[in-house]
Amino acid sequence: MTTLRIGLGQLAPRLGAVEANLELHRGAIAEARTQAVDLLVFPELGLTGYLLQDLNSEVAMRRDDERLQSLASAAAGMSTIVGFVERSAEEQLFIAAALLEDGEIRHVYRKSYLPNYGLFDERRFFGAGTQLRAVDSRLGVRLGLCICEDFWHLPVPYLLAEDGAQILINISSSPGRDVAAVNDGGLGTAISWRTLMSAYAQLTTCFVVFVNRVGVEESVTFWGGSQVIDPAGGVVYEAPMLDSGLYVTDIDLDDVRRERTALPLLRDERPEFVLRQLERMTRERAGMVDEEQ
Amino acid sequence: MTVSLPFTLPDELLIDTGIARRIISEFIRGQLTQTGFERVVLNLSGGLDSALVAFLAVEAIGAENVMCLMLPYRTSSPDSRADAEQVVRRLGTPSLAIDISPIVDGYLESSIAGKEITQLRRGNLAARARMMVAFDQSVPWRGLVIGTGNKTEALLGYSTNYGDNACAFNPIGDLYKSQVRQLAIDVAVPQPILVKAPSADLWPGQTDETEMGLAYEELDRLLYWMVDRRHSREQLIAAGFDGAAIDRVARMVALNEFKRQVPPVAKLTTRTPGVDYLYPRRRPIPRSGG
Repeated sequence: MTTLRIGLGQLAPRLGAVEANLELHRGAIAEARTQAVDLLVFPELGLTGYLLQDLNSEVAMRRDDERLQSLASAAAGMSTIVGFVERSAEEQLFIAAALLEDGEIRHVYRKSYLPNYGLFDERRFFGAGTQLRAVDSRLGVRLGLCICEDFWHLPVPYLLAEDGAQILINISSSPGRDVAAVNDGGLGTAISWRTLMSAYAQLTTCFVVFVNRVGVEESVTFWGGSQVIDPAGGVVYEAPMLDSGLYVTDIDLDDVRRERTALPLLRDERPEFVLRQLERMTRERAGMVDEEQ
Repeated sequence: MTVSLPFTLPDELLIDTGIARRIISEFIRGQLTQTGFERVVLNLSGGLDSALVAFLAVEAIGAENVMCLMLPYRTSSPDSRADAEQVVRRLGTPSLAIDISPIVDGYLESSIAGKEITQLRRGNLAARARMMVAFDQSVPWRGLVIGTGNKTEALLGYSTNYGDNACAFNPIGDLYKSQVRQLAIDVAVPQPILVKAPSADLWPGQTDETEMGLAYEELDRLLYWMVDRRHSREQLIAAGFDGAAIDRVARMVALNEFKRQVPPVAKLTTRTPGVDYLYPRRRPIPRSGG
């Protein structure tokens, strides 16, 4: 049994208050250390809050920002994922997640799919990332990082799993909505998320770690309910809805081997086949029509 | 329920009251935390909406932090006052009763007001006098004015602009009247308030449903399928709604968009509040100096 202890930092960041949020993260890091957490995951935009609008540029950090560096130092010995606003060398702003390991900023991922419908307005304020890759961690396991809306697009879990991830990590600021009493009741948003995450775990034979924030900004209440799901799609752990806290659970990494042996879906994936179809479709959409043989 | 109610709750509008109450509690506490306040003040009319908000506010922050104002005008129904007092007794909140007749009549009886004082003008004036008193009382109470308007009246524009729709935040503005009723049953709002005919009580004998020409069940269902579910006129008719009712409601919704929005500012410079200067309502205050 190869146990990995995961800490779900289901925090309630304060909108625009970077110093207060750093303090919140430091507190959770210290608590996680006392509980011997290996992998500590914080929510999307945990250092800044979500509904930033024009505050976006005021709270942005460059990758080498000393505040990020100080968090990395504080979290040395753990693998830690934090959400922030990244300002690039080209002065573009991104919703980003950093993997902090051994006192360093090991990897930065920029959110690729920015929702701009309904209550979302992310494309007005942020650029979309252009790279998606799994990353080796010091834990001896390969991580697939993504952010909130990324998980509402099928290619994301697919590509991360194809790139060798064993744990898919989604950090979110998901606003709770739809209190309709259909089915067994509950929150519509939560039901949708759980359905798709369980399916992703099963289809990719990866663990899924989901960390969603709590707290209130403007009209919106973020629902929390962070989860860890095993490679067969079963729920290993579920944090309560709406309550902030550090929630800790253990997983057995050997579940990945067992599940992939029993169900070799990834072995049978055919990326070259997918790529050929996509190339054909993009050519056709661009008006460069190929006649079918 | 053992007591029969004079309305039904349409199936498609039923909500999970447990999760709704939890989110509303978080919302109320969150609004106060963000602004550095701990208390709220509300106008308790004796009607269902404000009674429900009083119950929800007490659930979120405790009775001692909820100031209930009872602000009758001389034509207001005495039953309304009695019902409001029952809520205050039940919840054990602080309360204050202020007769707004001198405020309203002081203006209406002056020569400035002119001669054609319709009941609409008088009613709107009373609603705005209540707003004025609530915001004034929020200062010595050191609290925020909590809104009590529901989604049905917001969509139909059935409110007095800068009167009963004025507030610092509103916990029930995304709930149709039928959903307000369902939550009110769930939190056990006193029965007399639950069963009486909804009324703005702007003049004697006024009821919402007479004025709007449809029962709330029907209005709510129509708005739900039209607004939330984006059904076309043809689809609504196929679902059994009356064409004339659809047209009347669609017209009211369209006519009242302005009541749901901040007034436009003439765009003259490169960065204009509300247009391309966009900040959350509450944000950290920059430090002075340094």
